[in-house]
Amino acid sequence: MTVAVSILPEQQLAVLNAAYRQAVARKRLRLLLGLVIFAAALFLAAIGAEVNLRTFFAHFGNFISYFDRILTLDSGQRVWTDAGEWLWGWRKWLKMLGETLLISYVGTLIGATLAFALNFFAAENTSPSPWLRFVVRRLLEFARTVPGIVFALIFVIAFGLGPMAGVLAIAIHTTGALGKLFSEIVENADMKPVEGIRSTGASWLSCMRFAIVPQVTAGYASYALLRFEINVREASVMGFVGAGGIGQELVVAIRKFYYSDVSAILLTIIITVFIIDITTGWLRGRLFGKEART
Amino acid sequence: MTRPQEVDTRELRARYPDVFDRPASARLAMPAMIVAAFAILVYGLVDLDFSPSRFFAGLSQLGWISLMMIPPDPGSSLPVYLKALGETLSIALLGTTLAAVFALPVSLLAARNVIPSQILRFPIRRFLDSIRGVDTLIWALVWINVVGLGPFAGVLAIAVSDFGAFGKLFSEAIEGADQKQVEGVRASGGSALHEIRFGLLPQVLPVIAGQVLYFIESNTRSATIIGIVGAGGIGLQLAEQIRVLEWQRVSFLILMILVAVAAIDFISSKLRFAIIGRRAVA
Repeated sequence: MTVAVSILPEQQLAVLNAAYRQAVARKRLRLLLGLVIFAAALFLAAIGAEVNLRTFFAHFGNFISYFDRILTLDSGQRVWTDAGEWLWGWRKWLKMLGETLLISYVGTLIGATLAFALNFFAAENTSPSPWLRFVVRRLLEFARTVPGIVFALIFVIAFGLGPMAGVLAIAIHTTGALGKLFSEIVENADMKPVEGIRSTGASWLSCMRFAIVPQVTAGYASYALLRFEINVREASVMGFVGAGGIGQELVVAIRKFYYSDVSAILLTIIITVFIIDITTGWLRGRLFGKEART
Repeated sequence: MTRPQEVDTRELRARYPDVFDRPASARLAMPAMIVAAFAILVYGLVDLDFSPSRFFAGLSQLGWISLMMIPPDPGSSLPVYLKALGETLSIALLGTTLAAVFALPVSLLAARNVIPSQILRFPIRRFLDSIRGVDTLIWALVWINVVGLGPFAGVLAIAVSDFGAFGKLFSEAIEGADQKQVEGVRASGGSALHEIRFGLLPQVLPVIAGQVLYFIESNTRSATIIGIVGAGGIGLQLAEQIRVLEWQRVSFLILMILVAVAAIDFISSKLRFAIIGRRAVA
């Protein structure tokens, strides 16, 4: 069987080929231009950030030897040969870790509650009035953009040293972050139940309570758990500015060159973060099925 | 018309006993969870030294501080602040780029469809996880020990901690890629490298580019704070001004950060749409 392959006449083909080549060339040119701009930006940034490759390579040995040092005990042995000596402060550290977890738990819960209260005003489909939405949105944006640790620095001065400042800082940051995510869930909610409930003469509050909340709780809980995970990490450094938790011990160990303590505390932090990650992941899977996990 | 209600309820009750008479355990689960969550909250508040008097004293103090923040005023150090902001942006850009460059090859090794061997993938994934488990600020402290105080330590800190995040995200993007293209390249006699170059990369590069841009955005936020431990950028100025209680300058610096982050948000979302088209970044 013969197959007839239709071939365009030479003239037409030449035109099409030329157009194709031109299109490819234009695309390549644009890519090249983008790369040049990007390289220039990187070069400027390298100057701005005082990148000095010579010091980097001269001191890169320090990076390796730093890990060598934090993995060595005072006696000169490797840390894992004498676990008792390495983890000598485990009682104190576990207590501080407990404080860190508690800080992130309380902060997340307060923040999530505030976000829950505010997000209906920030969502486009449920907000009672446009100006209120504008105000709440700007408020949430502010709480989210200012880093938690900056709030912590200010709160340490206002509320005194200690975990209270850390909790409040995490709570505010969580309100901002979750408020946005929550309101996005609400914006995706089905509005027909709201219409149904409104048609019975219910108030705005009842509409939210009986039409929106049942649709969105699963999403809320999933995001709140995710936030808890992130907050555990954040709470581990709150101690750097005096706002409680294990960070306080860590910064002291790093600044005073208690090398083996640094690795021991880092190990406890990493293990804790692992456990929290796995537990919340499992919990989210259990509560909301596989599709909610992403 | 008859009144079907009574009949219906009885029949429905018989047909769906679970709905009408839920077992006590199912009915109590939700309240029990709420009570437990609340109990831990109360325990936490007590354990963390929350007292109403302290809270309200702090709140009034906070009120004073915010009053003193008005109006925001840089004093005479505006050029210094602008330079610090530039430093912060440089740290974010360089750190993210470095992280992406190093994470790409490693993420190939961590992807199931490239490296089928579980034994090889497992340690790489745990390695990435451990890097991610350590906060950027901690990495900054470590790098300060290596290259000294200054923004360079900040670049390296961001690069390392994002390396962990990128490694995971990229490998997930690679695992989500369509295998048909790869098989096509293999069928035409391509080597393993050809498979990756022509089958895999064209699919994942737009996704990866979107993620990198998103991270530049969020790293601008992180870069503003690593100065608090001495790794350069605007955080250094911010922490100093807070410590010496120059509140007007503090509020000016915070405003600068807000504006810079908003600008980066705007630019990068425009770029992201230009690269990947108008669809959500996975």
